[in-house]
Amino acid sequence: MEKFLTECAQSIIDGNAEKSAELARMALDDKHPVLEVINKGFVKGIREVGRLWEEGAMFLPELVMGAEAMKEAMTVLQPVLEEDAAGKSAAGHVVIGTIEGDIHDIGKTLVATMLSANGFEITDLGADVPVVRFVDEAVEKGAGCIAISALLTTTMSGQKKVIEELESRSVRDKISVMVGGAPCNDDWAKEIGADGYAGNAVAAVQLAKRLTGA
Amino acid sequence: MSIIPRVTWFTEEDRKRVVAEAVEILEKIGVFVENDEAIELLSGAGARVDRDKGRVFIPASMVEKAVGSAPSRILVYNRHGEPVMDLGEDRIHFNPGSAALRIYDHKKKKTRTPMTADLVRFSALTDALPNYAAQSTGIVSGDVPEEIGDRYRVYIALQNSVKPVVTGTFLIDAFRVMHEMLATVAGDQGALAEKPMAIFDCCPSPPLKWSDLTCQALIDCARTGLPAELVSMPLTGATSPVTLSGAVVQHAAESLSGVVIHQLAKAGAPIIYGGSPACFDMRKGTTPMGAVETMMIDGAYAEIGKHLGLPTQAYMALSDSKRVDYQAGMESAMGAAVAALSGINNVSGPGMLDFESCQSLEKLVLDHEIAGMALRLTRGIAFRDDPIALPLIEAALEKKEFLSLPHTAKWYREEAYFPNAVIDRSTLEEWESKGGLDATARASERVEKLLSDHEPEPLDDAVRAHLTELMERDAKRYGMDKLPVT
Ligand code: B12
Repeated sequence: MEKFLTECAQSIIDGNAEKSAELARMALDDKHPVLEVINKGFVKGIREVGRLWEEGAMFLPELVMGAEAMKEAMTVLQPVLEEDAAGKSAAGHVVIGTIEGDIHDIGKTLVATMLSANGFEITDLGADVPVVRFVDEAVEKGAGCIAISALLTTTMSGQKKVIEELESRSVRDKISVMVGGAPCNDDWAKEIGADGYAGNAVAAVQLAKRLTGA
Repeated sequence: MSIIPRVTWFTEEDRKRVVAEAVEILEKIGVFVENDEAIELLSGAGARVDRDKGRVFIPASMVEKAVGSAPSRILVYNRHGEPVMDLGEDRIHFNPGSAALRIYDHKKKKTRTPMTADLVRFSALTDALPNYAAQSTGIVSGDVPEEIGDRYRVYIALQNSVKPVVTGTFLIDAFRVMHEMLATVAGDQGALAEKPMAIFDCCPSPPLKWSDLTCQALIDCARTGLPAELVSMPLTGATSPVTLSGAVVQHAAESLSGVVIHQLAKAGAPIIYGGSPACFDMRKGTTPMGAVETMMIDGAYAEIGKHLGLPTQAYMALSDSKRVDYQAGMESAMGAAVAALSGINNVSGPGMLDFESCQSLEKLVLDHEIAGMALRLTRGIAFRDDPIALPLIEAALEKKEFLSLPHTAKWYREEAYFPNAVIDRSTLEEWESKGGLDATARASERVEKLLSDHEPEPLDDAVRAHLTELMERDAKRYGMDKLPVT
């Protein structure tokens, strides 16, 4: 078992999506405990990928390939997890998008990819997303967190509007808000009453974990 | 006569190949257009449109016609109606980098949000620095509502410098306001069309998409006669192929689609083949402007622009460093040299740090000397006499020096560019006796000196009043009753 788990982790570190999917299927065939395979195998791998990237030992293409391998493995394991109610959505649900009027989506997509690879269920609304849509989707999907990207000084005020919308619908205490993008920083997050800011995709994962208690 | 030193990136055959593949992309893959008016223009001219997907397939003949009708030379004028930018062939011009979110405050040694006073100083300083042919709306002000941030920059720029403005819109309703401001200063809309005082950046979204905002700016420019500047920005391996050549092809396809839309709106209207590509950093996920590969893509696409007979632009002579330091100087100087040797007509970048995010007045003053040297580079080596040197050496034989030759006095100012005091060429003793300041400290002194010595020519009172009225009216719409005091 130990060896199998190490192999699972390694497939993610190698960014080998074929291998990770195969291992996931093997885990099901051999009736290994799914949660253990995820947490002690694949998740360990994606954590290592994040660490290696932060250290500068791994570059973005490998980071994204690791995330893709993770996605493949999870696609295989997800249906079984969902039967097993205790394991549902290991880390929580995040609704993410780039705010209204803003079409910069490269950073947002990277953040979404990394969150997804780290076990978050993701609803990616894309770019140029109206304020109310963030809230509508989050309420409808029962998401615990909204992640808003803004790259323009003219659009960042939209992040604040999302928070106001949450307040006006009295759901602010149920849904945490994280913000990011070039013009944002910690001070801005504080000013608008967001729950946190992160400057890159790996930091965004740590932040999301902190906010959702995952 | 001397030759203008130039670098070449492609063979003629490769240039043709790049353009041919770009044209093929527009025919086969097409472009995504989110602007209804542009879709109408394109379909009216015979392009096939998939309306559900907003995808337009542009035939080669349309591209050819548009490239043919776009002018190869564009003049841009200052407030006095004098042509100060002559864009075309290998003529080089510099202007500061655009739209910084932050300013580096050298006195406080920190990066902070810029305020109106910073915009005023930035514009006045650009006005005082002759190697900058144009100013730019290079800083976004933190003390006005975000919604008017784009036009407010123009409002400040027009008051504090006579130089033309390189700018762009952030919101779709901005163009009308900016155009009205420019027309007020030029006299009226006709005068502005005849002698344009501004250039507007229009950025397609990679890969191959025209958003409503930028497409509208393109059309508005064509209709009003203000030069449009295509700023295609393939990011290698992120929003374009990872190869430099692949990025150049995608850049060409995006830019050509822009030329087509623009020329359909008005044939013959001025358009510049520019860009802001980046060799996407695979370690950090950032868009380094100071990467040598970024500069190579810039030089290469400009060569394609020249091949098409269009004036060119690039975001070069800037840096990703967060401070005015070795990295800042290295990247900016290298970019400026590559730009100059590639014959890029409008080089936007000076002053800029941190991936086009942060302006610095000290760097603006230092980069001015980089620009001066780059401009000198492009003047090449002249043969002023024939024979070249023999009689001069003969004449100097007896004196054993050349300092006293009338020939020396006649030519030394022409031969050399004299950088101002921010570039240190004194002896060690002299440098030490003057305080032993490093370049940034010298630049900081010079910023203050230039700003106290240089009085930008004020706008005519009536024009200024009208300009303020326009700005106030717009500011009120977004909840600001009183503009910051300038
Ligand atoms: C690429 C780019 C574009 C591309 C975007 C393509 C795309 N599909 O996204 C295009 C060409 C479309 C574009 C258009 C424009 N752009 Co632009 N663009 C950039 C550029 C060069 C890089 C942005 C980028 O993708 N970086 C790489 C990614 C990976 O980094 P990132 O986005 O910062 O994301 C990371 C972090 O911030 C964080 N993060 C991001 N989002 C989130 C969200 C959360 C919740 C968290 C926790 C973290 C997080 O994690 C990410 C991964 O590490 C920036 C320069 C800059 N300094 O950012 C200008 C920049 C943002 N653009 C700018 C401008 C002005 C424009 C235009 C208005 C230009 C015009 N006049 O047409 C238009 C805007 C159109 C619109 N309505 O949105 C200005 C903004 C100035 C201002 N005052 O607001 C900038 C700063 C450049 C400049 N100085 O001029 N642009």
